[in-house]
Amino acid sequence: MYHQFKQLADIDITEEAMEVGPTTHYMMGGVKVDADSQMSDVAGLFAAGECAAGLHGANRLGGNSLSDLLVFGKRAGEYAAAYAKENSLGAVNRDELGSAEKWALQPFERKGSDNPYVVQHTLQDAMQELVGIVRQEQEMRQVLERIQELKGASGRVSVAGNREYNSGWHTALDLHCQLTVSEIVTRAALERKESRGAHFRDDFPTKDKQYDGFNIVVRKGAGGEMQLIHEPIPPMREDLQQIIQEMK
Amino acid sequence: MATATFRIWRAEKGQGKFQDYTAEVSAGMVVLDAVHQIQAEQVGDLAVRWNCKAGKCGSCSAEINGMPKLMCMTRLNTLPLDRPVTVEPMKAFPHIKDLVTDVSWNYDVKKRIPKFQPRQPDAPDGTWRIAQEDVERVQEFRKCIECYLCQDVCHVLRDHHMQEQFIGPRFLVYAAALEMHPLDVGDRVEDLRKQFGLGLCNITKCCTKVCPENITITDNAIIPLKERVVDRFFDPLSKLFRVFSNSKR
Repeated sequence: MYHQFKQLADIDITEEAMEVGPTTHYMMGGVKVDADSQMSDVAGLFAAGECAAGLHGANRLGGNSLSDLLVFGKRAGEYAAAYAKENSLGAVNRDELGSAEKWALQPFERKGSDNPYVVQHTLQDAMQELVGIVRQEQEMRQVLERIQELKGASGRVSVAGNREYNSGWHTALDLHCQLTVSEIVTRAALERKESRGAHFRDDFPTKDKQYDGFNIVVRKGAGGEMQLIHEPIPPMREDLQQIIQEMK
Repeated sequence: MATATFRIWRAEKGQGKFQDYTAEVSAGMVVLDAVHQIQAEQVGDLAVRWNCKAGKCGSCSAEINGMPKLMCMTRLNTLPLDRPVTVEPMKAFPHIKDLVTDVSWNYDVKKRIPKFQPRQPDAPDGTWRIAQEDVERVQEFRKCIECYLCQDVCHVLRDHHMQEQFIGPRFLVYAAALEMHPLDVGDRVEDLRKQFGLGLCNITKCCTKVCPENITITDNAIIPLKERVVDRFFDPLSKLFRVFSNSKR
């Protein structure tokens, strides 16, 4: 730690004060996957590690992420390999592919001067300040409005250059996903009117029993809207419950 | 707020030139921060490879004011900002775009080095016993983040382009870690002499000087390997012994 502070911040922590504060250290939410196979609800799509959800509950403990990766990364790979052997390659819809390509190349064709980095930084700042460590309803509602505005702006960004190692273009393409994920995080945080684990609500500072026992799962509705579903957490297997009792 | 000029190499496939960009600088900034700021505000398609911003992924290697360095670990207050800060891609590898080079040759080299071969377990439960001293000897080599700055600075690769004959300091460190591993029974000494070009290193220690993990590459990895080669192939006593054992036949 001494070395890190010295090299990165030029601070000698044996002589000077170092700043210590809470920070967003991990994303407990993510892609909903099957606990054994790590397959998502989209057949053939597997997720493991920080992008997957469910393993760490409301707050991940230090060091558990690495063991998560080792165990469930291995499992995801094995199940994905087995899935690939059992299933033949799906057909590619040429029309969908064509429209995806067209969509991806739009930022090169637009003539406006809206900068993708500005949209990204605005979103980052809003999420950091208003949906970050300490949350409250009014602020999060503001962010939902901001996200709608930024969705409009993301459709106007333009980039220069070609497709090789073009960070501006990648940023323009990422915006769509970043806005979707930010909206999911904000809506789910609004829905949970309590504080639990890393989710802290200034307007509901304590844990509330009525929020026990379910996860908030966000799905895309028929009309493209976000649906928030309270999905019960399956009860723990008896043999595991027993182990926990024994360890108490 | 203070500003500084960054003279950045802008090019595709080797064709290019230095371009000056002015950026606002503040306390605590590193070169990568400035490059990102220039990318976000002035040239969206400026190509730069980076990932962790903490000196642990080895992606943002470049040449800053002519010295091979990690951009994320080079604080601006260590550079003279009254003149332009030059930022160039590594020169020992094929150029792709702006600050990005193709380092894939390194991955191919690594595949050619014989893998770790542990001896049979020491105990019936499949475990081994190792002396702490033997663990510590190779620990230093495991700090390598594969930034390839040592490969970039090595004149055998950079100036003489002997990529075919010489694996470079990074992979001599890798080979040393395997050769000195207390459990490894593999033998890479002949390969090191013949295929891997160990003799081409003339211990100028430039690799040690640029290593961001402060690995003592030349003294602790390369020289001990050279000693092993000398012991095996050039020891006068064993040469004499070989002469005698041949004359008996």
